[in-house]
Amino acid sequence: MYSHPFSYHRVATLEEASKLLLHLGDEARVLAGGQSLIPLMKMRLARPAALVDINGIPGLNTIERVNGELRFGALVRHADMEDSEIAASIPILHDCAAGIADVQVRNQGTIGGSLAEADPSGDWSAVLLTLDTSVRCVGTNGDRTIPLEEFIKDAYTTVLRPGELVREVLVRVPPKGSGSAYVAFKRSAPVYATVSAAVQLVLDGRNICKHARIVLGCVGLTALRAKDAEEALRGKAVGEKSIQAAADAAHEAAQPQSDMRGSAEYKRVLVAAFVKRAIGIAARRARGEQVEAGHEYAGR
Amino acid sequence: MPDADKISVRIRVNGEHREATVEPRTLLVEFLRNHLNLTGTHIGCDTTYCGACTVLLDGRTVKSCTLFAPMADGSEITTVEGLSTNGNLHPVQKAFADCHGLQCGYCTPGLLLSTLHLLSKTPKPTDQQIRKAIAGNTCRCTGYQNIFKAVRAAAADMEKG
Repeated sequence: MYSHPFSYHRVATLEEASKLLLHLGDEARVLAGGQSLIPLMKMRLARPAALVDINGIPGLNTIERVNGELRFGALVRHADMEDSEIAASIPILHDCAAGIADVQVRNQGTIGGSLAEADPSGDWSAVLLTLDTSVRCVGTNGDRTIPLEEFIKDAYTTVLRPGELVREVLVRVPPKGSGSAYVAFKRSAPVYATVSAAVQLVLDGRNICKHARIVLGCVGLTALRAKDAEEALRGKAVGEKSIQAAADAAHEAAQPQSDMRGSAEYKRVLVAAFVKRAIGIAARRARGEQVEAGHEYAGR
Repeated sequence: MPDADKISVRIRVNGEHREATVEPRTLLVEFLRNHLNLTGTHIGCDTTYCGACTVLLDGRTVKSCTLFAPMADGSEITTVEGLSTNGNLHPVQKAFADCHGLQCGYCTPGLLLSTLHLLSKTPKPTDQQIRKAIAGNTCRCTGYQNIFKAVRAAAADMEKG
């Protein structure tokens, strides 16, 4: 399949990319890994007149820990994240990175591209909203740092201004006693998830939940914070009763649409079950257990 | 599209420098097949699903239907044509043949490269690692069992050196 014709521009710095994007105007798009954009262009759902390829910009694929913060360059590939020991210090990051699509897509797709694309079914937004995450962006007027919850406005829509790009993604390392988990259900490896649930908990020594963040993926126009579900856990012992209350709240908080992946009611039931599972795994991890979690699909 | 808008793409494919001038929207798989006459890389679904078009780009597998050719400019590509040496099959190819890891063969070039990528990172993969490594390659003939056998056999063979 051929996309609509476009002019192709390679840049050496983000500042150059920013200037060029402004110059080329609204019809220009940034090309990072291309794993969302290129399929959209081939199906002619996107028809940019120009692409600004940032893959040649040096230094954008670094992963580092600076004080209590992990910093991911915009071009960190999902596979880099999957293999990174630094990223593994927050297990939910590995849960997500290791199961996005398949090996080939993970070798190419980027964290910056995933957030900037703001697909309602994208994995990273759900995962990173459970953590204190911000997005450092570069524009012609310099850099600004935006909390992730403000960065994504709507489906496929961010607050990025014309000529603005993602430079890096900053994630604060959660405190001691934390546990997190990301579980997603998909029909097969290469596809987007049907539903997903991301959970970040802080437990005290007596199994009381001091802090909870619960985010639902693929069941709204953006990833959704399920605040009532968080409330169902906060201040309570994490056990069958509180977990069920949180799952019930998630069932209500979801705003799914019926589509080829399933009916709205099916997705509500599924997302509640996955919230339950994610809380259980996060709590076990908070108590120091090693537990595997991630994307689940037939044949895995 | 006027020729002035075409751009030159230079890559090293299977150790050889190759170059062609193409429209930017040319997909890497079309560049390989139509401009360099390397038709071993197949087009299956053309929608980033099936993995028939898998090639190695700087040592990592990618779906060549989901890259524009200019993105590969200056890089090193390995296709199925680059696996054998002097007419001798690569151990991965030999294992697929010996274990009947293919029937129609359409998905095989992609599976060979996914296997090679797996074994370069994980010389002794577990069954779960094998399943995960080939999850992006669809085969509609074999039911995958003989492919698993082939990957295990290739790992054993390559370990012997």
